[in-house]
Amino acid sequence: MWIYEKKLQYPVRVGTCNPRLAKYLIEQYGGADGELSAALRYLNQRYSIPDKVIGLLTDIGTEEFAHLEMIATMIYKLTKDATPEQIKAAGIEDHYVNHDKGLFYHNAAGTPWTAAFIQTKGDPIADLYEDIAAEEKARATYQWIINLSDDTDLNDGLRFLREREIVHSQRFREAVEILKDEQGKKKIF
Amino acid sequence: MNTHFKTYHPYVSPFDPCKPILEKAYSTPPNLYMGFQPPNLPQFTPSEALKAGTLWKAFYDPWFSPLEPGKGGLPQ
Repeated sequence: MWIYEKKLQYPVRVGTCNPRLAKYLIEQYGGADGELSAALRYLNQRYSIPDKVIGLLTDIGTEEFAHLEMIATMIYKLTKDATPEQIKAAGIEDHYVNHDKGLFYHNAAGTPWTAAFIQTKGDPIADLYEDIAAEEKARATYQWIINLSDDTDLNDGLRFLREREIVHSQRFREAVEILKDEQGKKKIF
Repeated sequence: MNTHFKTYHPYVSPFDPCKPILEKAYSTPPNLYMGFQPPNLPQFTPSEALKAGTLWKAFYDPWFSPLEPGKGGLPQ
Protein backbone atom coordinates (compact mmCIF):
# COMPACT_ATOMS: atom_id res chain seq x y z
CA MET A 1 0.00 0.00 0.00
CA TRP A 2 1.32 3.39 -0.92
CA ILE A 3 0.32 6.97 -0.29
CA TYR A 4 1.06 9.38 -3.12
CA GLU A 5 2.08 12.96 -2.53
CA LYS A 6 1.58 15.06 -5.64
CA LYS A 7 4.90 16.86 -5.63
CA LEU A 8 8.48 16.10 -6.60
CA GLN A 9 11.05 15.00 -4.01
CA TYR A 10 13.31 17.85 -5.14
CA PRO A 11 12.33 20.74 -7.44
CA VAL A 12 13.22 20.18 -11.10
CA ARG A 13 14.42 23.24 -13.00
CA VAL A 14 15.66 23.09 -16.56
CA GLY A 15 17.52 26.25 -17.50
CA THR A 16 18.35 25.79 -21.18
CA CYS A 17 16.54 24.44 -24.25
CA ASN A 18 18.89 21.51 -24.92
CA PRO A 19 16.88 18.41 -25.94
CA ARG A 20 20.12 16.45 -26.34
CA LEU A 21 20.29 16.21 -22.54
CA ALA A 22 17.08 14.14 -22.69
CA LYS A 23 19.00 11.53 -24.68
CA TYR A 24 21.44 11.14 -21.78
CA LEU A 25 18.80 11.32 -19.04
CA ILE A 26 16.79 8.45 -20.55
CA GLU A 27 19.62 6.18 -19.32
CA GLN A 28 18.47 6.86 -15.74
CA TYR A 29 14.85 6.30 -16.78
CA GLY A 30 14.91 2.94 -18.55
CA GLY A 31 18.55 1.86 -18.31
CA ALA A 32 20.00 -1.11 -16.42
CA ASP A 33 21.25 1.09 -13.58
CA GLY A 34 18.35 3.54 -13.83
CA GLU A 35 15.68 4.43 -11.32
CA LEU A 36 13.04 2.02 -12.69
CA SER A 37 15.46 -0.89 -12.39
CA ALA A 38 16.38 0.20 -8.87
CA ALA A 39 12.77 0.52 -7.67
CA LEU A 40 11.65 -2.82 -9.11
CA ARG A 41 14.81 -4.60 -7.92
CA TYR A 42 14.46 -3.55 -4.28
CA LEU A 43 10.69 -3.84 -4.00
CA ASN A 44 10.90 -7.36 -5.42
CA GLN A 45 13.86 -8.56 -3.36
CA ARG A 46 12.13 -7.62 -0.09
CA TYR A 47 10.04 -10.80 -0.01
CA SER A 48 13.00 -13.13 0.39
CA ILE A 49 15.20 -11.14 2.77
CA PRO A 50 15.44 -11.26 6.60
CA ASP A 51 12.81 -9.18 8.43
CA LYS A 52 15.40 -6.75 9.79
CA VAL A 53 16.11 -5.22 6.37
CA ILE A 54 12.72 -5.50 4.60
CA GLY A 55 11.79 -1.99 5.69
CA LEU A 56 15.00 -0.59 4.24
CA LEU A 57 14.27 -2.13 0.84
CA THR A 58 10.69 -0.82 0.99
CA ASP A 59 11.84 2.71 1.84
CA ILE A 60 14.61 2.90 -0.74
CA GLY A 61 12.54 1.18 -3.44
CA THR A 62 9.77 3.71 -2.86
CA GLU A 63 12.20 6.64 -3.00
CA GLU A 64 13.52 5.34 -6.34
CA PHE A 65 10.03 5.92 -7.80
CA ALA A 66 10.24 9.51 -6.57
CA HIS A 67 13.57 9.79 -8.43
CA LEU A 68 12.01 8.21 -11.54
CA GLU A 69 9.38 10.93 -11.45
CA MET A 70 12.06 13.64 -11.30
CA ILE A 71 13.93 12.16 -14.27
CA ALA A 72 10.64 11.91 -16.19
CA THR A 73 9.92 15.58 -15.48
CA MET A 74 13.38 16.60 -16.70
CA ILE A 75 13.02 14.61 -19.95
CA TYR A 76 9.50 15.90 -20.54
CA LYS A 77 10.52 19.52 -20.03
CA LEU A 78 13.47 19.12 -22.39
CA THR A 79 11.43 17.55 -25.21
CA LYS A 80 7.83 18.77 -25.00
CA ASP A 81 8.38 21.90 -27.13
CA ALA A 82 11.10 20.61 -29.44
CA THR A 83 10.53 21.01 -33.18
CA PRO A 84 11.29 18.09 -35.52
CA GLU A 85 14.46 20.00 -36.53
CA GLN A 86 15.57 20.27 -32.90
CA ILE A 87 14.72 16.58 -32.40
CA LYS A 88 16.97 15.70 -35.32
CA ALA A 89 19.76 17.98 -34.12
CA ALA A 90 19.57 16.38 -30.68
CA GLY A 91 19.90 12.88 -32.15
CA ILE A 92 16.60 11.63 -30.68
CA GLU A 93 14.72 11.19 -33.96
CA ASP A 94 14.69 7.39 -33.49
CA HIS A 95 12.71 7.91 -30.29
CA TYR A 96 10.45 10.47 -31.99
CA VAL A 97 9.37 8.21 -34.88
CA ASN A 98 8.28 5.54 -32.41
CA HIS A 99 6.98 7.55 -29.43
CA ASP A 100 6.58 11.21 -30.50
CA LYS A 101 7.16 13.26 -27.28
CA GLY A 102 6.09 10.34 -25.10
CA LEU A 103 8.49 8.88 -22.57
CA PHE A 104 9.47 5.26 -22.89
CA TYR A 105 11.51 2.86 -20.77
CA HIS A 106 14.69 2.40 -22.80
CA ASN A 107 18.31 3.29 -22.21
CA ALA A 108 20.40 5.98 -23.91
CA ALA A 109 21.23 3.57 -26.73
CA GLY A 110 17.53 2.74 -27.33
CA THR A 111 17.51 -0.76 -25.80
CA PRO A 112 14.10 -1.27 -24.16
CA TRP A 113 13.97 -1.97 -20.43
CA THR A 114 14.00 -5.66 -19.57
CA ALA A 115 13.72 -7.64 -16.34
CA ALA A 116 17.07 -9.15 -17.32
CA PHE A 117 18.55 -5.86 -16.04
CA ILE A 118 17.75 -6.92 -12.45
CA GLN A 119 18.10 -10.03 -10.32
CA THR A 120 16.75 -11.70 -7.20
CA LYS A 121 19.05 -14.46 -6.05
CA GLY A 122 17.18 -15.26 -2.84
CA ASP A 123 20.50 -15.12 -1.00
CA PRO A 124 20.39 -12.00 1.22
CA ILE A 125 24.10 -11.20 0.98
CA ALA A 126 24.17 -11.69 -2.80
CA ASP A 127 21.08 -9.50 -3.21
CA LEU A 128 22.41 -6.69 -0.98
CA TYR A 129 25.77 -6.72 -2.74
CA GLU A 130 23.91 -6.34 -6.05
CA ASP A 131 22.03 -3.40 -4.55
CA ILE A 132 25.26 -1.73 -3.39
CA ALA A 133 26.74 -2.20 -6.87
CA ALA A 134 23.58 -0.77 -8.45
CA GLU A 135 23.79 2.37 -6.29
CA GLU A 136 27.47 2.92 -7.14
CA LYS A 137 26.73 2.41 -10.85
CA ALA A 138 23.85 4.87 -10.72
CA ARG A 139 26.11 7.35 -8.88
CA ALA A 140 28.69 7.04 -11.66
CA THR A 141 26.00 7.44 -14.34
CA TYR A 142 24.92 10.71 -12.72
CA GLN A 143 28.55 11.88 -12.74
CA TRP A 144 28.87 11.28 -16.48
CA ILE A 145 25.54 12.97 -17.24
CA ILE A 146 26.53 16.01 -15.13
CA ASN A 147 29.89 16.12 -16.95
CA LEU A 148 28.06 16.34 -20.30
CA SER A 149 25.67 19.07 -19.16
CA ASP A 150 26.28 22.80 -18.84
CA ASP A 151 22.76 23.41 -17.50
CA THR A 152 23.39 24.51 -13.89
CA ASP A 153 19.72 24.28 -12.91
CA LEU A 154 19.39 20.74 -14.24
CA ASN A 155 22.72 19.71 -12.71
CA ASP A 156 21.47 20.95 -9.34
CA GLY A 157 18.72 18.33 -9.42
CA LEU A 158 21.11 15.67 -10.71
CA ARG A 159 23.54 16.46 -7.88
CA PHE A 160 20.76 15.85 -5.38
CA LEU A 161 19.99 12.50 -7.01
CA ARG A 162 23.68 11.53 -7.00
CA GLU A 163 23.92 12.35 -3.29
CA ARG A 164 20.94 10.06 -2.62
CA GLU A 165 22.80 7.21 -4.35
CA ILE A 166 25.65 7.71 -1.86
CA VAL A 167 23.28 7.58 1.10
CA HIS A 168 21.44 4.52 -0.26
CA SER A 169 24.71 2.70 -0.80
CA GLN A 170 25.66 3.48 2.80
CA ARG A 171 22.36 2.08 4.10
CA PHE A 172 22.71 -1.13 2.06
CA ARG A 173 26.25 -1.53 3.42
CA GLU A 174 24.84 -1.15 6.93
CA ALA A 175 22.18 -3.78 6.09
CA VAL A 176 25.00 -6.20 5.23
CA GLU A 177 26.60 -5.42 8.60
CA ILE A 178 23.27 -6.17 10.34
CA LEU A 179 22.97 -9.52 8.58
CA LYS A 180 26.60 -10.44 9.34
CA ASP A 181 25.47 -10.16 12.96
CA GLU A 182 28.79 -10.69 14.71
CA GLN A 183 29.20 -7.08 15.81
CA GLY A 184 30.06 -6.49 19.44
CA LYS A 185 29.36 -10.11 20.41
CA LYS A 186 32.95 -10.80 21.51
CA LYS A 187 32.63 -14.33 20.15
CA ILE A 188 35.69 -16.49 20.67
CA PHE A 189 36.40 -19.00 17.94
CA MET B 1 38.98 12.55 6.83
CA ASN B 2 39.13 10.65 3.56
CA THR B 3 39.54 12.37 0.20
CA HIS B 4 36.50 12.24 -2.11
CA PHE B 5 38.56 11.25 -5.12
CA LYS B 6 41.80 9.49 -5.93
CA THR B 7 44.13 9.88 -8.90
CA TYR B 8 46.42 7.65 -10.92
CA HIS B 9 48.81 8.08 -13.84
CA PRO B 10 48.16 5.71 -16.73
CA TYR B 11 50.85 4.67 -19.21
CA VAL B 12 51.31 7.15 -22.05
CA SER B 13 52.62 5.92 -25.39
CA PRO B 14 54.71 8.17 -27.66
CA PHE B 15 52.32 7.01 -30.42
CA ASP B 16 49.02 7.95 -28.73
CA PRO B 17 46.68 9.49 -31.35
CA CYS B 18 45.12 12.06 -28.98
CA LYS B 19 46.63 14.44 -26.44
CA PRO B 20 47.11 12.18 -23.41
CA ILE B 21 45.43 12.82 -20.07
CA LEU B 22 48.38 12.41 -17.69
CA GLU B 23 46.38 12.16 -14.49
CA LYS B 24 43.05 10.34 -14.22
CA ALA B 25 40.71 10.69 -11.28
CA TYR B 26 37.91 8.61 -9.83
CA SER B 27 35.30 9.24 -7.18
CA THR B 28 35.64 7.66 -3.71
CA PRO B 29 32.54 8.90 -1.84
CA PRO B 30 32.40 8.86 1.99
CA ASN B 31 30.10 5.83 2.18
CA LEU B 32 33.08 3.66 1.22
CA TYR B 33 34.83 4.44 4.52
CA MET B 34 32.14 4.84 7.17
CA GLY B 35 31.20 1.25 7.98
CA PHE B 36 28.19 1.32 10.30
CA GLN B 37 27.25 4.95 10.85
CA PRO B 38 28.26 6.01 14.39
CA PRO B 39 25.74 7.93 16.54
CA ASN B 40 25.65 11.74 16.99
CA LEU B 41 27.31 12.79 13.72
CA PRO B 42 26.99 16.50 12.80
CA GLN B 43 23.78 17.31 10.89
CA PHE B 44 22.70 19.92 8.37
CA THR B 45 19.72 22.08 9.30
CA PRO B 46 16.49 20.64 7.84
CA SER B 47 16.40 23.17 4.98
CA GLU B 48 20.10 22.65 4.20
CA ALA B 49 19.52 18.88 4.25
CA LEU B 50 16.68 19.12 1.71
CA LYS B 51 19.06 21.00 -0.57
CA ALA B 52 22.10 18.78 0.02
CA GLY B 53 20.28 15.47 -0.38
CA THR B 54 21.53 14.19 2.98
CA LEU B 55 21.01 15.07 6.63
CA TRP B 56 24.59 14.11 7.49
CA LYS B 57 27.51 16.41 6.74
CA ALA B 58 29.85 13.42 6.63
CA PHE B 59 28.06 12.02 3.55
CA TYR B 60 27.93 15.29 1.58
CA ASP B 61 30.02 14.96 -1.58
CA PRO B 62 28.69 17.17 -4.40
CA TRP B 63 29.70 16.56 -8.03
CA PHE B 64 30.07 19.42 -10.51
CA SER B 65 30.41 19.42 -14.29
CA PRO B 66 33.61 20.81 -15.82
CA LEU B 67 31.16 22.81 -17.98
CA GLU B 68 29.73 24.63 -14.96
CA PRO B 69 31.93 27.71 -14.65
CA GLY B 70 33.50 28.33 -11.27
CA LYS B 71 32.13 25.18 -9.69
CA GLY B 72 35.18 22.96 -9.97
CA GLY B 73 34.60 19.24 -9.69
CA LEU B 74 36.92 16.37 -10.37
CA PRO B 75 40.07 17.20 -12.33
CA GLN B 76 39.46 15.84 -15.85
